[in-house]
Amino acid sequence: MTQPTTQSGSGLVPTVGQTVGPFFHDALPWPGDRHLVAPGDAGAVRLAGRVLDGEGAPVPDALVELWQAGADGRPATAPGSLRRDGHTFTGFGRCATDEEGWWSFTTLPPVTPRGGAVAYVSLAVFARGLLDRLLTRAYLPGTPVDGTSGDGVLDGVAADRRATLVMAADDPGYRFDVRLQGEGETVFLCWPRDPRAGGR
Amino acid sequence: MTGTSPACSQAQIDDEIASLALDSTAGEDRDPAGLRGATRLDYAPYRSTVLRHPTKALHPADPEGLEMWSPVFSHRDVAAVESDLTIHPQGEPIGERIRVTGRVLDGDGRPVRGQLVEVWQANAGGRYIHQRDQHPAPLDPHFTGMGRCLTDEAGHYSFTTIKPGPYPWRNHLNAWRPAHIHFSLFGTEFVQRIVTQMYFPGDPLLPLDPIYQGIADRGDRDRLVASYAHDLSEPEFLMGYRWDIVLTGAHRTPAEET
Ligand SMILES: [Fe+2]
Repeated sequence: MTQPTTQSGSGLVPTVGQTVGPFFHDALPWPGDRHLVAPGDAGAVRLAGRVLDGEGAPVPDALVELWQAGADGRPATAPGSLRRDGHTFTGFGRCATDEEGWWSFTTLPPVTPRGGAVAYVSLAVFARGLLDRLLTRAYLPGTPVDGTSGDGVLDGVAADRRATLVMAADDPGYRFDVRLQGEGETVFLCWPRDPRAGGR
Repeated sequence: MTGTSPACSQAQIDDEIASLALDSTAGEDRDPAGLRGATRLDYAPYRSTVLRHPTKALHPADPEGLEMWSPVFSHRDVAAVESDLTIHPQGEPIGERIRVTGRVLDGDGRPVRGQLVEVWQANAGGRYIHQRDQHPAPLDPHFTGMGRCLTDEAGHYSFTTIKPGPYPWRNHLNAWRPAHIHFSLFGTEFVQRIVTQMYFPGDPLLPLDPIYQGIADRGDRDRLVASYAHDLSEPEFLMGYRWDIVLTGAHRTPAEET
């Protein structure tokens, strides 16, 4: 039963996700996980926000991952996220939420990925009570939400929901709340080869 | 852990699970709600999902952008000893020593090479070292229950560990999680990112578990259960289990350069 099963036409049937549960804190975080650059670095910004549930209450047992392009707009290809050397930008970070649902990264200012039209970062969200991970994007403050940004993902989202994908300026950086449900529910994304694109 | 509503019985949970099951009489091809191939997020038998599932459909994005690449890990990130959860400076953990191994493949059957695999689990008594685990089973001073490895050139991963015990939780009265190991995996694209759980064959708790049953399709559920593999067992040392993991299909061909 555990051998990969063929799905007619499109390769193997993917393994499905399960909740990260409540007990990931000893395993998934690591020292320096949220500091893609050292907090004191010139040019470092803070990218922070809260994870909130359908009643607006903080989610204190969520985990947020950040994936962003290097300063040159290319996807980072350097290893070493788990043993940071203090100068290599790996593009990847991880932060468990605190009791108030806050997560926070110290990183470079988001740039426009090569071939793209506007600057954004990619986020993955996990939580107890969330049966599978969610992916979303956080665009720079000021990115047009009138459908003229030139970014196919943002412009393709229903007009009244685009703003959920745009960060707020919050010196010395940016604020981005993830609302799992309800008023201002964050837009979560899927890609063509992902069976999650089906209903559920 | 949850328990916002008055605790209900396993029988009530069983009824809810049955009422939400894919209609088995409708035949294998019917999946009108598109539930196959994914875990449902809106699944009330797992009570904590109620306020934590999105109500809107996922927004389909074109296959371009940053998510077509993935973080890169190497032996700089992970030491070889991290794949053996039974190594502890002060002594050996209690329990049934096992090895869990398998391959990580992408949706086209290509091995996922040199990528990070992370695991965490309860000890043999069903207790996590996590400070919020209040299950009154003993902690094992020689077992932390966490490991990491990198897949090899053929996509293989391997962990030596202790078989985890089932543990109680507060979803409903007398709720017990089937024995499981949590897995976290990366592919070659961030869209392939997955966290899941591996279960053990023949576990009587599987039909009763609202986390496992949140997966609508029986085949999808079965694929989270490892196989006992006698060829992996070692005389007078450990029991072997095999479990392969398939990530979603990659959008970028491997030869494409950044
Ligand atoms: Fe668990």
